[in-house]
Amino acid sequence: MTTNESKLDSIIDEYNAEPGSLISILQDIQAEYNYLPEESLEHVAKRLDIPRVQVFGVATFFKTFSLKPKGKQQIHVCMGTACHVRGSKKVLEELERKLEIKAGDTTQDGEYTLETVNCVGACALGPVVVENEEYHGQMTPIKVESLLNSK
Amino acid sequence: MSQDSQTPRGEMVSIMLNGAEVQADPYWTLLEAIQFYGIDIPTLCHDEGLTPYGVCRLCVVEIGSGDRTKLVASCMHPIWEGLEVRTHSNRVIKTRKTILELLIARCPSSKKLQDMAALLELKEVRFEPLNDDCILCGLCVRMCEEQMGARAIGFAGRGPERYITTPFDMNSEECRKCGACMYICPVCELRCQGPQAETVLCSGCINTEPVCAPDYGDAMCFMVPCLSCVKGPEDVK
Amino acid sequence: MKVISVNKLEALRTEILAGKDLDKPCIAVCGGPGCLANQCLEVRDAFVNEIAAKGLTDKVDIRTTGCHGFCERGPIALIYPQEIFYQKLTVEDVPEIVEQTIVNNKTVDRLLYTDDEAGQLVETEGEVPFYKKQMRLILGSNSKIDPHNIEDYIAIGGYSALVKVLGGMQPLEVVDEIKNSGIRGRGGGGFPTGRKWESTRNAQGDIKYVICNADEGDPGAFMDRSILEGNPHSVLEGMIIGAYAIGSNEGYVYVRNEYPLALKNINLAIKQAREAGLLGDNILGSGLNFDLKVNRGGGAFVCGESTALMASLEGKPGEPRAKYIHTSDKGLWDRPSNLNNVETWANIPLIINNGADWYSAIGTESSKGTKVFSLVGKINNTGLVEVPMGMTLREIIFDIGGGIPGGKAFKAVQTGGPSGGCIPESLIDLPVDYDRLTEVGSMMGSGGMIVMDEDTCMVDVALYFINFLMEESCGKCVPCREGLLRMGEILTDITEGRGQMEDLDLIQDLSEVLKDASLCGLGQTAPNPVMSTLKYFRDEYEAHIKDHKCPAGVCTELITYSIDAGNCTGCGLCLKKCPAEAITGETKQPHVLDAGKCIKCGICYDVCKFDAVIKE
Repeated sequence: MTTNESKLDSIIDEYNAEPGSLISILQDIQAEYNYLPEESLEHVAKRLDIPRVQVFGVATFFKTFSLKPKGKQQIHVCMGTACHVRGSKKVLEELERKLEIKAGDTTQDGEYTLETVNCVGACALGPVVVENEEYHGQMTPIKVESLLNSK
Repeated sequence: MSQDSQTPRGEMVSIMLNGAEVQADPYWTLLEAIQFYGIDIPTLCHDEGLTPYGVCRLCVVEIGSGDRTKLVASCMHPIWEGLEVRTHSNRVIKTRKTILELLIARCPSSKKLQDMAALLELKEVRFEPLNDDCILCGLCVRMCEEQMGARAIGFAGRGPERYITTPFDMNSEECRKCGACMYICPVCELRCQGPQAETVLCSGCINTEPVCAPDYGDAMCFMVPCLSCVKGPEDVK
Repeated sequence: MKVISVNKLEALRTEILAGKDLDKPCIAVCGGPGCLANQCLEVRDAFVNEIAAKGLTDKVDIRTTGCHGFCERGPIALIYPQEIFYQKLTVEDVPEIVEQTIVNNKTVDRLLYTDDEAGQLVETEGEVPFYKKQMRLILGSNSKIDPHNIEDYIAIGGYSALVKVLGGMQPLEVVDEIKNSGIRGRGGGGFPTGRKWESTRNAQGDIKYVICNADEGDPGAFMDRSILEGNPHSVLEGMIIGAYAIGSNEGYVYVRNEYPLALKNINLAIKQAREAGLLGDNILGSGLNFDLKVNRGGGAFVCGESTALMASLEGKPGEPRAKYIHTSDKGLWDRPSNLNNVETWANIPLIINNGADWYSAIGTESSKGTKVFSLVGKINNTGLVEVPMGMTLREIIFDIGGGIPGGKAFKAVQTGGPSGGCIPESLIDLPVDYDRLTEVGSMMGSGGMIVMDEDTCMVDVALYFINFLMEESCGKCVPCREGLLRMGEILTDITEGRGQMEDLDLIQDLSEVLKDASLCGLGQTAPNPVMSTLKYFRDEYEAHIKDHKCPAGVCTELITYSIDAGNCTGCGLCLKKCPAEAITGETKQPHVLDAGKCIKCGICYDVCKFDAVIKE
């Protein structure tokens, strides 16, 4: 996937190419391309005049960033404490079984990315699964099948 | 930084070191003051030629008094008037031993760690060995950045997945193949494959006291058999 | 709209208030995180459409607000001016509300809250038992304002504290007032805020920073989110006052990336504040120059730690450094930096307006003011509660929280997030107070309060927190990185039936090293969940180790599923749903579960309508 250098520059310029804005810049790039292409990271290092190794370090330190393309459907299972005591682990296990991937991975066909998140703040509805920004509350392993079929 | 720091740079302050009142330069780190007074404490991620990093936590000492004491990494801790330090309290020794135990469980093949274990009298490792080859002390990263000016390697990932690598895990253009990282690495040197090589704790030497380092130097360990701890001619095969 | 002086701001306030008709009906729909997840925006849209259909758009205000706190009963709407409290709303309820309440001034009884104890319906918010015992100094404003409109904030007295400060207080007076109030950091550390301001003020350097920590990483905590979404100007006002007191011209708000609405609202609030001349140069003609930037987090719990947060503001990985030199001396870019939590900043205008004496009269000897808690888990009234410090856990959990659902027995309450501990039933009369909570092996933390019942396994809870911390650890120092890894291995062994009694000693040793030798607060407090569960629930650990049983029925390796032939009707539902094909049987004949194939997912137990699946 080739990145458009002028698109990258417009993102970088919005933050005045300040090294302190590295994380915000990477977030905007990821929002644009659905992941962080390697060329984009090289370009950012050059424009911000920071070592490539630092950009790589930041890109691999923070959980939001992905160096591989994410799936079309993003499924996030809340693993907050409240959801945990209400049984979120079993919901995650059923999703892993049904999608045949582990949390953090994307299905082979590029359709689904399954991830865990730490608390979305909807504890009254726990266990919560967010599918493409749509909240599904009171999830149980049994409800997983209909959740996946609904899209 | 090493030689200069032995010379006082201004007014000295009084600190209590293991019960004795001594003078220390407020520009020193606590470790420098302790070493100045000839007290030996273990270090691993520390090197005089590089900025201190404070991550191995082996150099911890206890400061404070009464029920307001705490352990601090002496390589990073500043000096101030009235600081009370104990370098070998029970709490400190127990902590150092457990940290070393965790390190050996991560990387049992390291000669340096095995030697430190013998010196600290560590008797057992209660964790499953991982047989890794890096303890993430960061000396190589700092060497590459500060002494070689290359910044070819750095930390990536987080937590137990943290590792040291080149940008994008690929051949780095910045790397000049100078070998400084290998030179400075404390675990690059493997332990000897003595009689009990499979045990997590080195018992290769027939006589574990004294240990081969620092008295005998590296060369001994490449000889087969290692002659560093023979008791008498009859032990030489 | 730029207000260039204190007098002009007051004049604007008078003008806004004069333009407000206090009798005009207003439907305040809660747009907090819980209600949002429950489709409250559809309810809001339904109101908009219904009001328009009735030709009442000019006569009725509709406001989408921040969190009202009673998440369990969402979607919620408050009808002003009467403050009628409607709960559990659906789109279908909207026409009736508009017809009955807006047009005919009558209540729709089936949507009102029922006070079971008093046996009667409750009309207004203030009478709802959940709210009665609270002291909602911070959260109470949420329902009264539209967070996208600075004029609403000004109308309820917003920026009057700033007027008081810039209109006649010296910076040192402001610092003293905050010191005398006794307020302590609401982010978890509980450090006296006034002292932090004073240190930063006295630190050497011309450039100083004020920073707002909105990283809110504790799972189960959404207080800061609700303040930032519901009343962002209260935080801004606090920060501008702080900047004046400390001598700072530049500030940052660090918001975790997982909070897009909070980011939107704070960015909009900053824009409006700038337009109004409350941020920028020569604020209110006082000579104070101060502006703010908003930075986003990247998904790292450790960035809630002050030095890690500052590292990430510098574009580096969020790795902490040891705080032998305080951030008030050398923080962001090695300059004096004052970092406070969202809730701490939101308290500042209150303290300035009402005075340190008023504030310090609320709470206990060592903990002043109110605290917002997220009361979640096995609790009837899930939501955000704000109470004066010193209220007991029992009052919060039972009087406000309504106790445990399903008639189950209370087992423990976990406070302080992953840095805190579990408090058992025997200590439930403990007052909520920084020092008291620390004494029993927990801590206040940012305000997460997770309630647990008899069906919660405390060993599993300990493992949950260790796994969480292991994933979130930056990995820099040995005790935390290696110690948590090994602690996780031991606890996993215990939950899977491979534990030994010596493991408990090993946990003790690891905990001591973590606490004593870790580089930052994450590692230093990591042992708290394990140590507190070991202290108060040792019997559960021993049951796992000695008897290979999980008393709460949670640890899958220690549970066996089987089918009771007596109850089984052979409906075949479990057979169909079993992902491991471990169940066999003919239709209408009792089915059989092959324990060898069983993966203990529990689905058969959940689907069986005849109580024929036994879990032990």
